[in-house]
Amino acid sequence: MHLILDIAWTHIAGRGRQTFVAIVGVAVGVGFSIAMAALMQGGQDDFVRQLVDTMPHVEVSDEQRSARRQPAEAVFEVAAISGLRPRDDRRGIINPTAAQAWLEEWIPGRFAARLNAEGVIRYSGREVGAVVIGIDPEREASVSPIVEDFREGSFDALTAGGNNVVIGDTMASRLGAGLGDTITAVSSEGLTRNFKIVGLFHTGTTARDEGEAYVLAKNAQILSNRPNAINRISIKLDDPNAAPTIARRVEAELGYKAVAWQEANESILEALVVRNVIMYTVVAAIMLVAGFGIFNIISTITHEKARDIAIMKSLGFSEADMRRLFVLEGVAIGGAGSLFGWALGFSITYALSLVHFEIAATGQEMTRLPIAWSMLHYLIATASALGSAAIAGYLPARRAAHLNPVDIIRGAT
Amino acid sequence: MTSLIETTDLTRILHETVPVTLVRDVTLNIGEREFVAVTGPSGSGKSSLLYLLGLLDRPTAGTIKVRGRDAEPMSEQERAATRLANIGFVFQFHFLLPEFTARENVEIPMRKFARLSRAEMRERATTLLSSLGLEDHLHKRPDQLSGGQRQRVAVARALANDPPLILADEPTGSLDSRSSEQVFAILEALVNQHGKTVVAVTHDLDMAARMHRRIHLVDGRISEEEGANPEF
Repeated sequence: MHLILDIAWTHIAGRGRQTFVAIVGVAVGVGFSIAMAALMQGGQDDFVRQLVDTMPHVEVSDEQRSARRQPAEAVFEVAAISGLRPRDDRRGIINPTAAQAWLEEWIPGRFAARLNAEGVIRYSGREVGAVVIGIDPEREASVSPIVEDFREGSFDALTAGGNNVVIGDTMASRLGAGLGDTITAVSSEGLTRNFKIVGLFHTGTTARDEGEAYVLAKNAQILSNRPNAINRISIKLDDPNAAPTIARRVEAELGYKAVAWQEANESILEALVVRNVIMYTVVAAIMLVAGFGIFNIISTITHEKARDIAIMKSLGFSEADMRRLFVLEGVAIGGAGSLFGWALGFSITYALSLVHFEIAATGQEMTRLPIAWSMLHYLIATASALGSAAIAGYLPARRAAHLNPVDIIRGAT
Repeated sequence: MTSLIETTDLTRILHETVPVTLVRDVTLNIGEREFVAVTGPSGSGKSSLLYLLGLLDRPTAGTIKVRGRDAEPMSEQERAATRLANIGFVFQFHFLLPEFTARENVEIPMRKFARLSRAEMRERATTLLSSLGLEDHLHKRPDQLSGGQRQRVAVARALANDPPLILADEPTGSLDSRSSEQVFAILEALVNQHGKTVVAVTHDLDMAARMHRRIHLVDGRISEEEGANPEF
């Protein structure tokens, strides 16, 4: 192998400029692939992180995936039911205390129960449609992402006495209300109740900032005339990836729909997979172009070195040796290009990580491009480059290996 | 005398638009320590016969045995290995690898054969080149050597793995008379002093006359043979 390496080296070193161009081609391909992967992966990670941080990992609601079976359907294989008038159940998770006690026993994380009630918030003649969310402030603080988004006040202020409410700053500005003002909440049952604003939050999500109002659970229950009821349980897990398993178990035990964050965002996650496929297809295309450069130089070398191939064969080198020689030359160019590509890719990625920009919508936050530093990107780009180089080297190598030495020697003499 | 190469009804036909018969029904037996000249007019099949004997080409019909082993069923790899261990080629043009020095060129077959350590290979290459009067040219590349010197490096390379058989295709054809004489003397010494078998294609009838055995080809057939070993 050492001998093959030596001969390969003399060939590629003998065509310095062409080799350099081929190496630069691979390096640019590898470098930009690494930078692109870092940027794309960074964007994806950032997106998923925000998704995981802002959403409950598992959300249990008072819904069921399929309509409740009639008792007759459970007993008989075939049952025909007609003229059915289903009872108008009051919505809510039945026996919430037992359900919460059961979750408390084994859930690897935290959870908070809520009562979400549709309603309208009024202030000085203005109205905004809102979800009035009844919470336990202490538990809610352990699962809600809003905790870190308070502009003024906090969930704790809800327990300070009286009827207090925390609303989004966008809702407050639409109502023209501020901290300390008293607003009126009207439920879908037509009940009204006054609340004093004790906190303002800004999450950056318009639906939340404009449409959510947090009150104590008991106040929401009174407002919606559903004493002791809850209709949501939000679970935050220590390991977000365990969400599907936990959701299945909760749903099986409680009988209510439990949705893991992956299920809730299935289409988005699928879109990310498609995006990755597109990205790696582009990487492969870049490497293919780089491969043409390698193919070109190896083809030229095999053409120029036809006589040397004949000599080596006459000395006792086999076709496999010839193939190995020229594939090695291709891989050597690919390897050298990959090394320079690593440096280039690192530099571009580093430069991208330094880019600051201002979010135009708010003009308040300075942020950077999300970058993922992963060795995997370097390895994938290198594997693509080496694979492409090996194929680019193999095609002319196979032709060279099949050259008939007698034809070449006769031609030379 | 042991047979080194044995051919039976060896035929090589080039299947082109019009089939061309290069070698026809050649039956030969070449033993150890023979110094064989293959002569004949241009196009008579001398070089083609040499390439067949050296397993560089495959016959259309007939058999070749190298040291009693039939070459026909050998794979391409086995044929290459047989060449590496048993046959050294010297061509009309030196055919040295231009990027390597004289000594490195001689080392290449040894490195491929991988029977010696690198130090031993270096020493053997130096000894071979020195014995051919090239001790001052070990580190020169082919383009820094004269035609005669290059051909002597090619002879040293052919001897690198100590093969019993040297096949030379007009080894003096491109040399001046002085260099030709030097190269011929080396080939002669290989047979007489080192016990090698040399089969050389040549146009030079005077040179052929000084060899032990002469095979004359016309139109691919042996038309005349002198000095054949009676043991065969």
